[in-house]
Amino acid sequence: MIVAEQKPFAEIAGFVADCNKILVAGCLGCVAVCLAGGEKETEILAAALRMHRRLQGKPLETVTYTATRQCDPEYVDAMADLVKDVDAVVSLACGVGVQYIAERYPDKWVVPALNTRFAGGSVAQGVWEERCGLCGECILHKTGGICPIIRCSKSLLNGPCGGSQYGKCEISKDVPCAWQLIYDRMKALGRLEWLLEYQPPKDWSKSRDGGPRKAVREDATI
Amino acid sequence: MFEPRIVAFCCHYCAYSAADLAGSMRLQYAPNIRVVEMPCSGTIDARVILAAFEDGADGVYVAGCLEGDCHFLKGNFRAKKRVHYVKKLLDDIGLGGERLEFYNLSAAMGTRFAEIANEMTERIKNLGPSPLKAKEVAGA
Repeated sequence: MIVAEQKPFAEIAGFVADCNKILVAGCLGCVAVCLAGGEKETEILAAALRMHRRLQGKPLETVTYTATRQCDPEYVDAMADLVKDVDAVVSLACGVGVQYIAERYPDKWVVPALNTRFAGGSVAQGVWEERCGLCGECILHKTGGICPIIRCSKSLLNGPCGGSQYGKCEISKDVPCAWQLIYDRMKALGRLEWLLEYQPPKDWSKSRDGGPRKAVREDATI
Repeated sequence: MFEPRIVAFCCHYCAYSAADLAGSMRLQYAPNIRVVEMPCSGTIDARVILAAFEDGADGVYVAGCLEGDCHFLKGNFRAKKRVHYVKKLLDDIGLGGERLEFYNLSAAMGTRFAEIANEMTERIKNLGPSPLKAKEVAGA
């Protein structure tokens, strides 16, 4: 999932300082799972903004709506009635959702309430870690299901480097060396010989290098 | 004389029973407390605390079991963390986190329940009415 974190409250309040009525729009996708922008967080933010503004003597009216997903036009369309008479939309979606609302409602001031952090998953209740670098060409079959692109600090394809010490990366004693993890796992799987194959430089044209990416499935288009 | 309105979210297994005990013991305590019974302090939600303040409470506290004694094992620890999160949010909002507190007590602590009620009432009296209410009155 996409993991996001809420921006500091003062920053969000500043975005809508000149507004009288706003739509606070949550998303039930990834950001609800990582407890940053679901229904609950949407209600909390709306209440906090209302109280903050009342204390400033400039009451703020809020409307809340939590979309099934903000990254699908049909769900963004569904909030049209709510968007029309507000001064701004505060989106608690990832950067994708914010842009979808901004594109769909070009005359509206649309602001982000979250900082979109990374593609990852939860490792414990309330803790999330990055797991995928979105590089566009998966090599997990060669590395025992451990991604060196995002989990090795240098994104090495033929690791480890000299900075691997006692299983940890030299950048921090809290960061495991991805190549140590890869080696241990491949050894346990009896597939160490796979690591002998030299990996040529990665083709980064499938990553961000070529500008914004697009995926099309012809059979799914109408 | 300012008489604060304080909402006390009390766990059924400890603080709520302690309130009963305080009553049975004929203890006198500040009448400013409005008790809301909860199945466990761990069910407390930031939205409910904020709603209490938004609707006119001058102070709020959540009372759960003594540490290690939660009927649901960790509910009181979770409640404490959530209360601290909301205290920080109240600071950000400008209302002040000191209007919110978390307490631990057991069902046998009727005297402590009365003490907490008095303690919190005193604290809120010193802080004065919720500035949200003051704004409401000024705006009305």
